[in-house]
Amino acid sequence: MLYIPYAYSWKNLWARKLTTVLTAGGLALVVFVFATVLMLSEGLEKTLVDTGSADNVMVIRRGSETEVQSTLERLQAGIIETLPEIATGMNAERSVSKETLVLMTLPKRGSDKPSNVTIRGLSASGLSLRPQVRLVQGRMFRPGSSEIIAGNKIAQGFKGAGIGETLRFGMRAWMVVGVFDAGNTAFGSEIWGDADQLMQAFRRSAYSSVIFKLADPSVFNALKGRLEKDPRLTVEAKRETVFYAEQSEQLASFLRILGLTLSVVFSIGAIIGAVITMYGAVASRTREIGTLRALGFRRVSILGAFILESLFLGLIGGIIGVAMASAMQFLSISTMNWQTFSELAFSFTLTPAIILQSLAFALLMGFLGGVLPAARAARLDIIEALRSV
Amino acid sequence: MFFFLKLIVRNVFRQKLRSALTAFGIMVALIAFGLLRTVVDAWYAGVDAASASRLITRNAISLNFSLPISYESKIRQVDGVTGVSSANWFGGVYISEKNFFPQFAIDAASYFALFPEILIEPGERKAFLHDRKGALVGRKLAKAYGWNLGDVVPVRGTIYPGTWSFVIRGIYAGARKNVDESTFFFHWDYLNEKLKAIKDGRTDHVGIFFVGINQPQRAAEISGAIDRVFKNSLAETLTETEKAFQLGFVAMTEAIVVAIEIVSFVVIGIIMAVMANTMAMSVRERTREFATLRALGFGPTYIASLIFGESLTISLCAGILGISATYPLVDYVGAKFGTLFPIFVLARETVELALAAAFLVGVVAAIFPFWRALREPVADGLRSVG
Repeated sequence: MLYIPYAYSWKNLWARKLTTVLTAGGLALVVFVFATVLMLSEGLEKTLVDTGSADNVMVIRRGSETEVQSTLERLQAGIIETLPEIATGMNAERSVSKETLVLMTLPKRGSDKPSNVTIRGLSASGLSLRPQVRLVQGRMFRPGSSEIIAGNKIAQGFKGAGIGETLRFGMRAWMVVGVFDAGNTAFGSEIWGDADQLMQAFRRSAYSSVIFKLADPSVFNALKGRLEKDPRLTVEAKRETVFYAEQSEQLASFLRILGLTLSVVFSIGAIIGAVITMYGAVASRTREIGTLRALGFRRVSILGAFILESLFLGLIGGIIGVAMASAMQFLSISTMNWQTFSELAFSFTLTPAIILQSLAFALLMGFLGGVLPAARAARLDIIEALRSV
Repeated sequence: MFFFLKLIVRNVFRQKLRSALTAFGIMVALIAFGLLRTVVDAWYAGVDAASASRLITRNAISLNFSLPISYESKIRQVDGVTGVSSANWFGGVYISEKNFFPQFAIDAASYFALFPEILIEPGERKAFLHDRKGALVGRKLAKAYGWNLGDVVPVRGTIYPGTWSFVIRGIYAGARKNVDESTFFFHWDYLNEKLKAIKDGRTDHVGIFFVGINQPQRAAEISGAIDRVFKNSLAETLTETEKAFQLGFVAMTEAIVVAIEIVSFVVIGIIMAVMANTMAMSVRERTREFATLRALGFGPTYIASLIFGESLTISLCAGILGISATYPLVDYVGAKFGTLFPIFVLARETVELALAAAFLVGVVAAIFPFWRALREPVADGLRSVG
């Protein structure tokens, strides 16, 4: 069988630049929306999955979905603290942190708009439980003092949270003595201080959660069963990675469903653009098609050539769309996660899988736009096509 | 004039498939635009419904901290305050997390005096006030879950542990369209009593106080006066108007709202490209005709009127069809969202914006093809084979 060269399809697009640019532009915008949404939910997931470590176990009160809602009495926290499964560090200290979490409304820098920031009180080994966190400015807070350290995203984004500044709450002034970088994790949107000092300031008698590192990660399931059956405790134990993934479930699925619905609806417009362009291409080249058929090219070849042209169109749109979306990587978004009711910053993350999915989506739109016009081209009667003006 | 209009209509119908597809595309885009703007409006619904004669007093640290119930009488003493009521966010789960609706433990007797927009039958109101385990639910909420008076509704507490059951004693309606009809109210007394029974440390506290004032112009002054009463206490307060309080909520999720707003304009951009393409193709096919017209002595204004007229005819017809289709769709989607977006109504402003967008699409799409048609020398145009 005789194939029509690829260049025929390619050069036809080039011949009518304005139409090609407009159609590809429409496709590119749809791909842009599609890719951005995937990048957003990828970024959100990455942030929360990176936040947890697989060896760490998070214990909260049964029935509470977030750390903020949870309360663990000192007695219960004490029982968990003495579990034999907990790993010991280099200086024989136990890798366990009894933590207290409160939300505080702070004004954003610049806009003065209020947002909820998480303040976490930690025990001495709290920092070593999170290897992804490191101090980048200043020093660690001293236990037993009114000192706090702020995540880099909070230090930049909120009034009074920069190094050397003070925040007033719980009838005390708290000095920010350090700024920590928590990489791409949710800890970057938190403020840390001494657990006992914070509990006193907020007049709390109970912790929010207990986090510990397992010496042997494989015993998790047995330990979970034991903790949850213990009559002295009303707790739930989860791997930290699972806990944080669940925290973003609603927001991530909201973004994904909204975004994908939009992409599909928007793609109708772009596909229509491609259909119009391709019908136009077929109509204006009727005589050409007749000539090709007369030269011996089969119907299938004609069909292939026009579908290929449409696929090229989709590919151009896809590449432009992905290029535009990749510029979004420099942006980061900060919004309230309504499951935890607190501020969470995350960025658009472009992965090879998203690039492939976006290009596939663009090609699909191109194909859907080109298939009917290509079928019409293939069905044309040779004699009539040759006679047409 | 008649001849001119006829020419435009004939031109529109010359490529029936193309015109129909373009019009369909514009319709879909405008419907998407209308729905997205409605989602954004739904986000701000609480702000629009806020009353100017109510202030909200909350703990200055954040909403997660409560205030002692003893503050109520102190707030009542502040000059300009006409009434005080309170509410606690309960945050319970009905069957599964998917069934989200707000639940508040309220001081029922004073609450309805402050919220005249909540309409209840006198009989149901009495029944609710007299039943300690009673609940008052919005019309929309009752409809969504098929609740009737007398039904027992179990709610699993996330903030307050345990399973709580309530008996539906009343179903309220909103006095205005923008009143949230999907809230679940029950008695704060019942919550407090149960907390005392299980020795929970959070007894005798409320989440927020609603403060009624009769002179809205004094809102700032009264807010300041209330906050001064509790300055340097264990629970300092922050008082603001209901509108400011609601705006604060919206501001927290602003990034998402902004993203939806941007996206709603992207769809207009997409359809603009499609429409411009349609016009570019139409004009290119008719290069010879336009050259003929110009050779006969028709000026650029006439050519422009033809091109812009055709473009606007398609975009405005599609616009009107699209907007008419948006109305039932908004109702449908609003019903699907259920209690997640209590207020889901197509605003007049959205309709006007959509019409303006259709007009803009029509104009912008015609500019470039028109410019091309004029630039082409008449002699070349006559020679063109399309």
